[in-house]
Amino acid sequence: MIEIRNGGVASTIQDTGRSGHYHIGMPPSGAMDPYAHTVANALVGNKKEAATVEMTYQGITAVFNEDTVVAVTGADVSPTVDGDPVGMWEAVAVEAGDELDMGFATSGARAYLAVAGGIDVPEIMGSQSTYTLVGIGGHEGRTLESGDELPVGTPSDGLADLKDRALPHEMVPEYADEETVRIILGLTDYRLTDESREALCTEEWTVTPEADRVGYRLDGPDIEFVEREQPFGAGPDPSNVVDLGYPVGSIQVPQKPIVLMQDAVTGGGYATVGTVISPDRGVLAQRQTHDSVYFESVDVEEALDARDTAATYLEEATDAIRD
Amino acid sequence: MSNETTINAPMPGIFYRQSDPDDPPFAEEGDTVEEGDVIGLVEVMKNYHEIQADSAGTVTAFLVENEGEITADQPIAELE
Repeated sequence: MIEIRNGGVASTIQDTGRSGHYHIGMPPSGAMDPYAHTVANALVGNKKEAATVEMTYQGITAVFNEDTVVAVTGADVSPTVDGDPVGMWEAVAVEAGDELDMGFATSGARAYLAVAGGIDVPEIMGSQSTYTLVGIGGHEGRTLESGDELPVGTPSDGLADLKDRALPHEMVPEYADEETVRIILGLTDYRLTDESREALCTEEWTVTPEADRVGYRLDGPDIEFVEREQPFGAGPDPSNVVDLGYPVGSIQVPQKPIVLMQDAVTGGGYATVGTVISPDRGVLAQRQTHDSVYFESVDVEEALDARDTAATYLEEATDAIRD
Repeated sequence: MSNETTINAPMPGIFYRQSDPDDPPFAEEGDTVEEGDVIGLVEVMKNYHEIQADSAGTVTAFLVENEGEITADQPIAELE
């Protein structure tokens, strides 16, 4: 059991997501940065599906009621155990009564805390992920608060075997340098003027303060649509189309672009002009408010290759941890 | 005895000197603050978070305008 002393700014329990319910309007939720989430789990001997605590901009403070092994990955939140600094991206042994404290994220936006055995909250519709907009999953369907008690599952390996695990240094991401995310244009990029389609993929975008698990609103050049008489079923605004399903990671432009993230609405009537490819959604999720983002257009073939490459790299990372 | 420190932004967002446009600022230059006193707010993800003084002292300067953009760890105010 873990007792939360400080819940941070926006901390939720997440796993690999709630798939299979998109058609009824249920977004996948799940860890915004799958790499950091999976590596955290691997460090403490968990399957990648185990639930972790995802923390945004500020880490939590928590006390453990039994000896265990934990790992903090993702954004650097300067973790300490009973006041002594401990490393990120490595397994850390904690004893019953120890207090794990984390600060504000200095590089990257989201950090993950994995505990040997995983956070053991009930599954809702096949996932332990928190979806705060409707209040389901995770711990009471909400962000963590002081006084919350989180149950922990049974560790898979002997705890003693875990404590020397670490991610090789060269596999630790440098979030500050990662500002390019790859997109596939579409579904309705034909609505953009040629100039705007060009601008989307060449100009600098800035993450606004409105950037969370639901969506990332970006600031940048004005995006313009081709003039047309709106078809039956589409709203009057030039950015409106006849309703369609929104891909996760899709970019809509009501005024300023919004990239739809893990907790976003699943369909509607805005033109989605591009979609951030799945291996790069974690990169975007680690951009802080006021950070720059550049979109690079790729085709489906390149996107599939990128996904394979990312999956292989993740496998290499988890293998390196276990060796 | 000059012992200058800065109060830094805990997270990125928009900096506010007061809780409401009609309210007086949390702290003015020249004010004495205690550790934990609120000197401003940062708005991010549609929520407001307090920025507190990490130590007691006198605020000698604000380094960011009201409603200015701030990044994590950016110095917000000087404390003596």
